[in-house]
Amino acid sequence: MLTVDVAKRLRDFTLEAALEVKKGEVLVLIGENGAGKSTVLNLISGLLTPDRGTMTLDGQVLFSDRERINVPPEKRNIGHLFQSYALFPHLTVYENVAFGLRCRKMPEEAVASRVMSRLEEMDMVALSREPAGSLSGGQRQRVALARALVLEPDLLLLDEPLAALDVKSRASIRKELKESIAAAGIPAIIVTHHFQDAMVFGNQVCLMENGRITLRGLPDDLMKKRENSFISSFFCHCES
Amino acid sequence: MDLTRSRQHLRATWQSVVDWTGERRLLLVLTPLILLFLFFLVIPIVSLFLRITPEAFFESLANPVVIDALVLSLGTATVSTCIVILMGTPLSYLNARATYRGKEIVDTLVDLPIVMPPAVAGIALLMAFGRRGVIGRYLDMWGVQVAFTTFAVILAQVFVASPFFIRQARASFEAVDRTYEDAARTLGAGRLRVFFRVTVPLAWAGLVSGAILTFARALGEFGATIMFAGNFQGRTQTMPLAIYTTMQGDLNDAISLAIILVIISFAVILLVKYITRRTFRC
Repeated sequence: MLTVDVAKRLRDFTLEAALEVKKGEVLVLIGENGAGKSTVLNLISGLLTPDRGTMTLDGQVLFSDRERINVPPEKRNIGHLFQSYALFPHLTVYENVAFGLRCRKMPEEAVASRVMSRLEEMDMVALSREPAGSLSGGQRQRVALARALVLEPDLLLLDEPLAALDVKSRASIRKELKESIAAAGIPAIIVTHHFQDAMVFGNQVCLMENGRITLRGLPDDLMKKRENSFISSFFCHCES
Repeated sequence: MDLTRSRQHLRATWQSVVDWTGERRLLLVLTPLILLFLFFLVIPIVSLFLRITPEAFFESLANPVVIDALVLSLGTATVSTCIVILMGTPLSYLNARATYRGKEIVDTLVDLPIVMPPAVAGIALLMAFGRRGVIGRYLDMWGVQVAFTTFAVILAQVFVASPFFIRQARASFEAVDRTYEDAARTLGAGRLRVFFRVTVPLAWAGLVSGAILTFARALGEFGATIMFAGNFQGRTQTMPLAIYTTMQGDLNDAISLAIILVIISFAVILLVKYITRRTFRC
């Protein structure tokens, strides 16, 4: 289980995030641009350091200002999918997926078998020797997911995982992504701008405004809070 | 309606004719200027090749002055390029990624040798590392002499050529999207691993072309070297210094050395162009 209760002073406001995500549960973060959604993900994965608070994952303290603990990102075992996917363009698909395993000093045969079985699962073996820069949006998304999941992370963070895709491929990849997250059985946080994502993935949906979580609940419950202008436009059913 | 359309068509055609003749006239004026400038650039280089026969060129290559200068130049330029890479890379990366107080001053100091006349660099190095220099006097107490040695040649080259690498390396590091480094860290790579496995490969083209330009600048160093290291054959007489010296005796030796430098310079430019063209699709 992930528990977060941290604060960080940003340029325009102080971000204060308090949330809990259980194993197998997906928390969907929604909100305007610049509300601090991606910053929350960066704080959890360790790319940014909170000013104060605590953060634990499965009982292990990741950050605590009182205990002066700050586990570096490379030791957190958190899968973080970036909006741009951040596939290393100088490496092939295989090498991208193998990158994290090699960081863990795993023997090359074990790396090969785990990478290939992951690529097989995602039906991407044919692309294994392709340079990452030559892939389409959907393929990149799947390789980025494979690269994160092959490490068997304790938590998955997804920053607008479907934003870079066209409407047509979004629906099918959304389904695939949901299955992959469910199969991993770990807590996950998804940042999204799409109503469908919140409905399909979310066990709980949190609305962030100016660095604070102002509303939270089940997607269906949140849908009813039409007095909030963002919620009202978010659930207007006009997006696919 | 048709009439309007045909009038519009006529006007467009006429306009294109005017444009075309205008362009032609401009081209007629500019072409001689461009050709004259290219002629000015090419004729000195061609003259070098026309002034010497292949036999005389190869004969000169056997001259010990030429051989010593060639070996010394290639050796010192290689060593100074390695020093610049080793010492300049951390600074370039720091300036590309971090903001700190005094960064502008550090940047200006790094760029200073580019605008500083080499003779000024030479006398400055002499004042620092010469026998009575600010640091040199202490080194002298330990029996270490820097000025007028091969090491002085290397120091002069490092001083004068380092900005070429540091500027290029900084720009290349800045061009690497930070998200790649962030992604690598979340995948389990420590800072050093991220630097060598992600940042350096992505900045590779710029780093290599910076190193090549530094090597070329080091190879051509003259002013600072002659003032700080002197002009001793086999020890401090690099190719440019040997050209200067042999010109007063056997012109063929000077021309042969000059031709070698022209060939190296040409190869450097081609290599840099080739390397910088090969970039990754992100």
